Amino acid sequence: MSRVVVLGAGVAGHTAASFLRKWLGRGDEVVVITPKPDYNWIPSNIWVGVGLMPQKSVHFPLAPIYERHGVEFRQARAVEIHPEGREGDPAPFVVAESTAPGREGAREEVRYDFLVNATGPKLNFAATEGLGPDGHTVSVCTDAHAAEAAKRLGEAVARMARGERQRFLVGTGHGACTCQGAAFEYAVNLEFELRARGVRDRADVWWLSNEYELGDFGMGGMHLKMGGYITPGKIFTESLFAERGIRWIKRAHVRKVEEGKAHFETLEGEVGEIGFDFAMLLPPFAGVGLKAIDRMGADITPRVFQPNGFMKVDADYTPRPYEQWTAKDWPKTYQSPAFPNIYAAGIAFAPPHAISRPRQAPSGAPVAPAPPRTGMPSAMIGKVVAKNIVGMLRGAPGPTHTASMAEIGAACVASAGANPFTGTAAAMTVFPIVPDFERYPEYGRDLNQTFGEIGLAGHWIKILLHHGFIYKAHLYPGWSLIPE
Amino acid sequence: MTDIDTGTQPSRMQESYFAAKPTAFTRFMRTFLPWQMWRFAVINVRMARIIFRSHG
Repeated sequence: MSRVVVLGAGVAGHTAASFLRKWLGRGDEVVVITPKPDYNWIPSNIWVGVGLMPQKSVHFPLAPIYERHGVEFRQARAVEIHPEGREGDPAPFVVAESTAPGREGAREEVRYDFLVNATGPKLNFAATEGLGPDGHTVSVCTDAHAAEAAKRLGEAVARMARGERQRFLVGTGHGACTCQGAAFEYAVNLEFELRARGVRDRADVWWLSNEYELGDFGMGGMHLKMGGYITPGKIFTESLFAERGIRWIKRAHVRKVEEGKAHFETLEGEVGEIGFDFAMLLPPFAGVGLKAIDRMGADITPRVFQPNGFMKVDADYTPRPYEQWTAKDWPKTYQSPAFPNIYAAGIAFAPPHAISRPRQAPSGAPVAPAPPRTGMPSAMIGKVVAKNIVGMLRGAPGPTHTASMAEIGAACVASAGANPFTGTAAAMTVFPIVPDFERYPEYGRDLNQTFGEIGLAGHWIKILLHHGFIYKAHLYPGWSLIPE
Repeated sequence: MTDIDTGTQPSRMQESYFAAKPTAFTRFMRTFLPWQMWRFAVINVRMARIIFRSHG
């Protein structure tokens, strides 16, 4: 009998836990430790954030699902990993602090044979003064944040209905942000909603981003075959914004946000400020701050984690200049090199480097989109980690399955307006996610598998994905047949 | 220091002036039901190829 502990129940953690439960025998235990009681289907937070969908449509309690499927659920925040156990008792364990009502702060030690770190990111609003729901901007990173964004949007629309002009600012709140795709979706959905509510003529919509060019999305952009040309994604994205009257500022690091005003500097060294009445700016991500402790009680966090808090896995972290980065640097199995019974999945693993070329403003501020590892790759990594753990529990000497982001593709649908007859969405595929310039020397990707198209069909697919993935996350019959 | 609040650039000086824009026909086709039903099938096939290739 073995025990596998999964930290986190987002896309990666929930996928890993679900497949572990499906593949392991009933004599084996699967334990999920996560600080929130609910699962949140984050991609649909965009629709919550523009007031099109109630918050309850994108989250649901995990406990009944796990109880039905025989997964042990602890509502707690993991704070320490003790991979060597303690002196005289080598059994590894995790220390978790309860977040359950009435038990807040109560500490518990949970032993494990295998550990999956799928804790996701810490939303690092503190990196920019005044950023975030406790400052002067809103966010759609959680369903609660998105609900607050919808409320504030409603207030802005009411002011416009009274004849006031409003400025909306959407994008990234720091030079090192990732998830530009989510902010992009929010910008175009917001613009669509303002039109739908009949107030677009009183709104200025601005995009503010750390991308070197629009359409970078933290993936170094992508090239598409379109209209007889091989076209960079920048053309596609700028066209979408220009068509909708969305203006943009790119290559920007937000230094500070005040009430109604964002201060930024650009890669070229220009310092600027932009006023706003409503701002949805995403934060940069960091690791959640897990500590690793050895058997003698000494802190070995640097052995297990990178300085940014993300977990080291089987990647090549040797610092090299951008020109020497290769697809081979990216991890394949997500096993910790320090402890073979620990894996990381989703945002929790430390990428070996960015995908987009990192740059700095003259002040030294980073203007460098961080690599995305959400959505489809996150779920695929969770599944592969589950496969590898099951294999090792059945006698394999090491991990036998891989899901390198340089060897897998991603399909993504970015909503650009939600209506079954007039809405549109950008449907995109990219292969591989991390460009491989050895296999595909010119553009790093297979252009027969990398495409993008905007239209109503994309919106229908987005609706199908919303319902399909929420069905899957409920672990209803046949859930495992729905691909990640 | 640039203060975007005071910017009153004419449209020909804005960055969007230099971006590609869809024609009326392209915009029409984006929500034209028969065409979009066909595209729905095509996009699903393309996405399925990526999913199966990635799941190895």
